[in-house]
Amino acid sequence: MLEQELTLSARKEDKYSVITTEGYINNPGGEKIALACYQLMDQGCKHFILNFSQSKVINSIGISILIEIIEKVLELKGSLCFCGLTNTIAKTFRIMGLTQYTQIFSTEEEAIKALS
Amino acid sequence: MEDEVTLTIPMHHDMELEVTRIAASVAEAMRLDKDKIDEIKLALIEACLNAIEHSKSEEKKVHIKFKMIGDRLEIIIKDYGVGFDPSKIKEPKIEEKIKSPSKRGWGLKIMRSLMDSVVINSHKGGTKIVMTKRR
Ligand SMILES: Nc1ncnc2c1ncn2[C@@H]1O[C@H](COP(=O)(O)OP(=O)(O)OP(=O)(O)O)[C@@H](O)[C@H]1O
Ligand SMILES: [Mg+2]
Repeated sequence: MLEQELTLSARKEDKYSVITTEGYINNPGGEKIALACYQLMDQGCKHFILNFSQSKVINSIGISILIEIIEKVLELKGSLCFCGLTNTIAKTFRIMGLTQYTQIFSTEEEAIKALS
Repeated sequence: MEDEVTLTIPMHHDMELEVTRIAASVAEAMRLDKDKIDEIKLALIEACLNAIEHSKSEEKKVHIKFKMIGDRLEIIIKDYGVGFDPSKIKEPKIEEKIKSPSKRGWGLKIMRSLMDSVVINSHKGGTKIVMTKRR
């Protein structure tokens, strides 16, 4: 079970930051993503790309933490987008209406292009 | 032909992932495609998490049964907890959740959206969810 524990890496560019995760986006996983985003916000970052290509499973608690991050990003008048989602995770985000506030791109390159 | 796989899990952290592994094997054996298997996995995670988080079951177990009925996979998730009234659960709206201090309340909606059918049978003695997916 431990192999599913979420790990992440963050990369800060001039205009945006990319957070790449690996593993289960559950409660602790979501908290790790939130912490990384909030630290980047403290450094002035407003635009986020979340690359979930190595995260194949998610749960509703993890998603509710993502909604908290989206709320904070909106307060900052920034933006957040996802890339590398499985079809099912993308479908779930659409059903929930997350796409009203965020964009979904297939690849990180496409997300970066849209932000540049 | 009808085959069954049954399993019981303790209400521990991340046990829901073990259930999805078995679900994937069963669904692969039935030749469901990858996206359908992923949908089953997410729906099943939500059903198990609800039992773990909300049922207050004294035996602290979730019972899962996979029934392979022709081209249809039926999954039954059962707990012997306090139960709830699904008709009293409000449909979550993202516009409200984004401003509200509580962002939660999505599990049932996710299950219903990802499976072909979801039937909830709940009373004071516990909750039984029957969900199905066709090939
Ligand atoms: N097995 C269960 N036993 C008792 N109550 C349940 C059970 N499943 C669901 N409920 C009740 O239904 C409510 C709605 O469930 P739902 O999964 O939609 O949202 P949630 O679990 O509160 O939050 P989220 O799923 O977004 O993390 C729960 O808050 C709980 O009150
Ligand atoms: Mg739930």
